[in-house]
Amino acid sequence: MKTKDLVIIGGGSAGMAAAVAAYDKGIRDILILERNEFLGGILNQCIHNGFGLTLFKEELTGPEFASRLIEQIKERKIEYKLHTYVTNISHDKVVTYSNAKEGVVELQAKAIVMAAGCYERNAGAIGIPGDRPAGILTAGQAQLFLNEYGYLVGKRVFILGSGDIGLIMARRLTLEGAKVLGVAEICAWSNGLNRNMVQCLYDYNIPLYLSHTVSKIVGKSRLEKVIISKVDERMQPIPGTEMEFDCDTLVLSIGLVPNNDLLNNAGAAKGRSRGALVNENFETTIDGIFSCGNVLHVHDLVDNVAMEATVAGRSAADYILGNLKRGDKKIAVQAGDGIGYVVPGEIDLSSASEALEFKFRVRKPSKNVYIVYKFNGEVVKKVFKPVIIPSEMEIQKMPKSLLKNDQGTIEVSLVQKEE
Amino acid sequence: MERELICICCPRGCHLKVDENLNVTGNFCPRGAAYGKQEVSNPTRVVTSSVRISHAELAMCPVKTKDPIPKGKIFDVMQSIINTHIEAPVHIGDVVIADVCGTGVDVVATRNMEKI
Ligand SMILES: Cc1cc2nc3c(=O)[nH]c(=O)nc-3n(C[C@H](O)[C@H](O)[C@H](O)COP(=O)(O)OP(=O)(O)OC[C@H]3O[C@@H](n4cnc5c(N)ncnc54)[C@H](O)[C@@H]3O)c2cc1C
Ligand code: SF4
Repeated sequence: MKTKDLVIIGGGSAGMAAAVAAYDKGIRDILILERNEFLGGILNQCIHNGFGLTLFKEELTGPEFASRLIEQIKERKIEYKLHTYVTNISHDKVVTYSNAKEGVVELQAKAIVMAAGCYERNAGAIGIPGDRPAGILTAGQAQLFLNEYGYLVGKRVFILGSGDIGLIMARRLTLEGAKVLGVAEICAWSNGLNRNMVQCLYDYNIPLYLSHTVSKIVGKSRLEKVIISKVDERMQPIPGTEMEFDCDTLVLSIGLVPNNDLLNNAGAAKGRSRGALVNENFETTIDGIFSCGNVLHVHDLVDNVAMEATVAGRSAADYILGNLKRGDKKIAVQAGDGIGYVVPGEIDLSSASEALEFKFRVRKPSKNVYIVYKFNGEVVKKVFKPVIIPSEMEIQKMPKSLLKNDQGTIEVSLVQKEE
Repeated sequence: MERELICICCPRGCHLKVDENLNVTGNFCPRGAAYGKQEVSNPTRVVTSSVRISHAELAMCPVKTKDPIPKGKIFDVMQSIINTHIEAPVHIGDVVIADVCGTGVDVVATRNMEKI
């Protein structure tokens, strides 16, 4: 069987940043496997700006950000294969991939970085009653068709879900001449950033219907109309609140899910983010297999993806060089009240750096709250937040000296400040 | 006339009121005042889109206005972008439309696309 020191699955921003970091730590025998015809991943279709402010101190578009990473890969002559699909990873780090030139190939890796990104929830995932005509697609599909192939997906469009991609597509479609009739959001709050709410919806007078969902789809071969209804506290449509919109296209922006099947099948433990459970080095519960980027947890800023992948790539290099210290004692990290998930899911104090980093999302928008860290039942840290929202991932640091024991549980929770 | 806006400079999203003398209220911090003044006196946006390209691996090449343009010119600029057709190769930063709609701002390519 062929061998490689480091195999990276996915050539998006996470995969490329991990490869560069491992190379810069001295690893040379690296291979990136990418199923698409280009490096860059999702960034290639995100032609809007707003990327790179943290990392490059410049406001870049998605393709511009991707090209900076692609240049770093090319300067280092890191090997990559395009049009190459990874079909399996085994517990002992055998990677199976296939492409038209080589057929099916098995490769023994010393270490693996998983960087396969996320996928979009589609119509099947939410089971809207009614017909199943043509004209229903996800925001990412609409984005790909328009921005890379030049097809406008419809003339009269309704959007379900107020995630950022949906908002960005509302503006894109409007600028290309489509009529965007409205956006329905099942939550009582918007799931997009303020900036996108203002610059994508308000700028173009596109109405947003909060606490509303599409309750029926009507159309024979092509979508003809959608019916939306207000929802109650249990998110069920309330009879008598229906509104009809004549439209030929329904764009879904209802959430992203880590594309973590390969790691699941390999037997890596799962975390609350629906990605793998990792420690502070981004190592999964399988020795020498690391995970980072959207396949681990869905990010809103590519800068954070690249920084996370840099740590994962360095850790993989350390593992290959035999420098990754691993103790047998662990601290579990848990999401408490009001918190959706926390990355990392466990911490090994013997290998952790001085500043521990926690990334998490809150469940709903909140004002005047504390983020409280309890270690084995005792409060070790409290951070006041005047505002915190689910659409912005929160990143907080804590000196490891606050943890006086190398075993136990840290719980992160949200507590309302008393007036 | 008083205008109501939402500040986009941080997640707090303060509801601002801006009067005819450009006095801003409702802002929690100075950034909101600056944003409110700018947004009412001279709102600008960067426009991103894509133009048709021949002899490249894809049908479209992404572009942006190199600097923000006046908000009122967005649709004129878009029309000019929709009417533009370019040839590969093209590189990041290449001017695709010079001085678009008399704004003094160029539309530039944001992706490297080689000739095939
Ligand atoms: C539509 C959208 C809009 C966004 N807008 C912004 C923004 O405005 N500003 C910002 O900073 N961030 C934005 N982000 C976030 C950020 O850009 C992404 O989170 C980041 O680029 C994700 O990088 P990644 O490498 O984890 O995933 P991806 O870029 O998705 O890369 C994963 C790669 O893995 C490949 N792959 C998957 N499975 C396999 C397999 N089995 N075999 C081989 N290859 C495989 C895929 O083809 C893909 O190229 C946006 C994200 C999305 C989805
Ligand atoms: S005014 Fe200040 S606090 Fe309020 S949204 Fe703007 S930047 Fe944030």
